[in-house]
Amino acid sequence: MSDVQGTSNSVVEIKGLRVEYRARTSGQTTKVAVKDLSFSVRAGEVFGFLGPNGAGKTTTMNVLLGFVNATGGEACLFGVNVREPIARQRIGYLPELTYYYKFLTAEELLRFYARVFGIPRGEADKRIDLLMKLVELEHARKRPIKTYSKGMQQRVGLAQALINNPDLLILDEPTSGLDPLGRMKVREIIQRLKNEGKTVFFSSHELGEVETVCDRVAIINQGELKVEGRVSDLVAQYQCDLEKVFLKIVGYQPQPVS
Amino acid sequence: MNNVIALAGVVIKELYRRKDFYVLFVLTALITLLLGSVNFFNDPKIVRYLKDICLLLIWISSLVIAITTAARQIPAERENRTIFPLLAKPVTRGQVIVGKFTGCWLACGFTLLVFYVFFTVVSGTREQNWNLEGILKMVWLHWVMLGIVVAMVLCGSIVFSAPSANITICFIVVVGILGLGRYLHRVALQQGEPVDTVLSVIYFAIPHLEWYDVRDFLVYDQHLAPWVDCGLATLYGAAYMVFFMCVAWVVFRRKTLTV
Repeated sequence: MSDVQGTSNSVVEIKGLRVEYRARTSGQTTKVAVKDLSFSVRAGEVFGFLGPNGAGKTTTMNVLLGFVNATGGEACLFGVNVREPIARQRIGYLPELTYYYKFLTAEELLRFYARVFGIPRGEADKRIDLLMKLVELEHARKRPIKTYSKGMQQRVGLAQALINNPDLLILDEPTSGLDPLGRMKVREIIQRLKNEGKTVFFSSHELGEVETVCDRVAIINQGELKVEGRVSDLVAQYQCDLEKVFLKIVGYQPQPVS
Repeated sequence: MNNVIALAGVVIKELYRRKDFYVLFVLTALITLLLGSVNFFNDPKIVRYLKDICLLLIWISSLVIAITTAARQIPAERENRTIFPLLAKPVTRGQVIVGKFTGCWLACGFTLLVFYVFFTVVSGTREQNWNLEGILKMVWLHWVMLGIVVAMVLCGSIVFSAPSANITICFIVVVGILGLGRYLHRVALQQGEPVDTVLSVIYFAIPHLEWYDVRDFLVYDQHLAPWVDCGLATLYGAAYMVFFMCVAWVVFRRKTLTV
């Protein structure tokens, strides 16, 4: 799966990214979702992309995945502009919620995505077996996805994100809605991918989790990058845990409880 | 091409798992019963009427299947958000359109085959007349016509926001073309300007689906056009399929998809 050659050590590179949407409310012509955003994610690191709801995290991810065209600036994956479909050859994507063909079985879904990546049948079979074991769905692989629980669907999502043995994994709030066991499992998988030298770029509201698994983080608010750096450096600089760092950066003022 | 085939496979799987083809089999059974009842009437010409009715049923049901199936493909992908994991793979939006088209068209082809096999077997055994070449040409032309319809509906599913609006508009357009398409230029000649020009432009712009309707030839045992003409009709149909898919692609590639 490594036929796309990167031009630098950066796996994700965003330079001066700007995304504007046509506003639906009267009086405003455009809504700026992301303003001159620049950062990069280096190969082999786990990068946390943080921000409050509506900060522009999902929009940035949408640009990286080619769902939304940037109004300005540039976004590259492995040195290839995200507008080129080949840029997505080496990535795996796990959406926040499970958006899969529910009439297919998990095995059929994985086979379909393997085919999309051009993985030969024999190799695909091996990968499917391996992933089914990894996400602990071997017993249910022949059942339609519509019969799965939410946790099981999220695990299928993780399996499909890994079908091409990606070098970069983009996870949009991967533990959202999962029980503690499911969260732990996802965390273990991220850690395992990190040990294998994969790059993980993920957004999350679980700051404790981010602090545990991430090498570096970027915090954005109202479409602008507020801070970027190593988790340990930020914690040392602000002399508090990541959650408090986050709250300070987004300008949260605690209200006195009456 | 691999992506297109993979996508088409998913479309076909979805169709038979959603049990849409139940309609097909019920109608096929209805046709079979209708033709099987020929013995109850002592009029030898009754077979023709029954064949006419059966072919009309086949046309109506194939159009219903083609339009409703094609209309929901891309809206369902967007509504269920399955489009996001799909487009996060190295799949272009153009491939999504071509894959959906291929899946729908192949499914329609399968539907037609089932219909016409029953039709041929039952009418052949009753009449002792096996016009296989004629039936083959009719199936082929019917399938090409459905290809134009599927491409048009897919295009409509991207242009119109609501699938129901698309289905209604496409049904009206298809039925309009089938019923009135051949008379438009004659009507145009009887009108003054600018109606004359408008009708003439419409006449030359619309895909003439009625050219693919050769039911009467088969019912009245007339010779169908030679294969060369069928080939030309196929090229004419292919041009419209490509046109509709290009329009769909141009519109779809500009669409912003937000999770």
